[in-house]
Amino acid sequence: MKLTLKIWRQKDSKSKGRFETYHMENVSPEMSFLEMLDALNKRLVEEGGDPVAFDHDCREGICGSCGIYINGHPHGPVPGITTCHLSMRYFNDGETLWVEPWRAKPFPVIKDLIVDRSAFDKIQIAGGFISVDTGSAPEANSIPVRKQNADMAFDAAICIGCGACVAACKNASAMLFVSAKISQFALIPQGRIEAKERVRAMVEKMDELGFGNCSNTGACEAECPKKIKISNIARLNREYYKAY
Amino acid sequence: MYKILFSSVSKKFVMAVAGLFLILFLPVHLTINLMLLKSDPLPFNRAAHFMASFPVIKVFEVILFITLIVHIFYGIWLQIQNWRARPVKYASGQKSETSSFSRFMIWTGLTVLIFLIIHFFNFFFIKLGIVEGNPEDFYSVAHELFKIPAYNYIYLACFLLLGFHLHHAFSSAFQTLGLNHRIWTPVIKVLAWVYSIAIPAGFATIAIVLWQLK
Repeated sequence: MKLTLKIWRQKDSKSKGRFETYHMENVSPEMSFLEMLDALNKRLVEEGGDPVAFDHDCREGICGSCGIYINGHPHGPVPGITTCHLSMRYFNDGETLWVEPWRAKPFPVIKDLIVDRSAFDKIQIAGGFISVDTGSAPEANSIPVRKQNADMAFDAAICIGCGACVAACKNASAMLFVSAKISQFALIPQGRIEAKERVRAMVEKMDELGFGNCSNTGACEAECPKKIKISNIARLNREYYKAY
Repeated sequence: MYKILFSSVSKKFVMAVAGLFLILFLPVHLTINLMLLKSDPLPFNRAAHFMASFPVIKVFEVILFITLIVHIFYGIWLQIQNWRARPVKYASGQKSETSSFSRFMIWTGLTVLIFLIIHFFNFFFIKLGIVEGNPEDFYSVAHELFKIPAYNYIYLACFLLLGFHLHHAFSSAFQTLGLNHRIWTPVIKVLAWVYSIAIPAGFATIAIVLWQLK
């Protein structure tokens, strides 16, 4: 495959960025998108240039590190997968790909395609936990949990915090992420004890960091690689109203 | 207290409650307007007089205006925050799948606001004595107005955009209030289609019929 890449290049957070054009030849359809970038970087290093900086870790779709905005979609145009799982066979020979970092005020660009997503960590630190005395693991069935609730809590807990929801939202809202983190605790008895404090603190932190507001467009759900549902946002709203 | 009243979730709550109140008002307005289709001006003028003079309705009128102002103010406030949250736009645009018309709420909303100003000049300001006209004969005022093609085009275009605005607003309000349900949310989405087509179509029908009566 032959591809034209328009990649956002930015030296550091203070520098002004711009798109650079790279022509790729002999791209295998079996490559993942990140492997294609690896091939580009190998070439750039051999030519004495600066390789394109991008985040990645597990390359198995579970760490939430990779996150690149490709042709108008976070993680590319294929739904339900992360950038590392995006195969080049989904693109056409001769296609031009626009490759950008997540764009949101709370996610400043560090370099090229890498953004600082520590805003999510700050929201988690504000209340996304259960306060317990550490010790040996308790008996699993000592607190009964309704099966349906356990399943919904698990579905929320699979959020990998990649930030695709923020990237996809026209308002750069973090509501899907926060709602998943609220829901995974709100649905189980262990999480109910600090439910009020948690939702207040996490929403307050989210607002303080400068994320936008939720317009219920559903773009976040459509682009989430883990298919987190916006019904979680409704649950967050309910939890917030109950907290006051 | 400031955090409770003005958090992102609280602001959306206020928007949703105010929006639902306005959604409830429109069928009342349409029901009265349907009397314009009668050849006898008396029923419409009586209804208009009742709406303008009955004390309970007058209280609701004040609540309606407060609701409208709050909805507009909060809508603009939220939108400015949303724009600030993404100072650098995507070069390749945003192609994510979204619910219908949800991307354009601020624009359809501002169009409806401009329409309301025109509408007030046409009718409401007559009642206040700001614009010349007979406040006891809104039937004739409406019939005269819709003889002018330009007003018909403006009103019909605005009704269309009002329908777009209402479509997303209807289901979005329930989601914001936390009312998302496995069975009822799909029902609300169907009702959103019915409401957002029926209400503007009802107003548009009246305008077209009056236009053709000339």
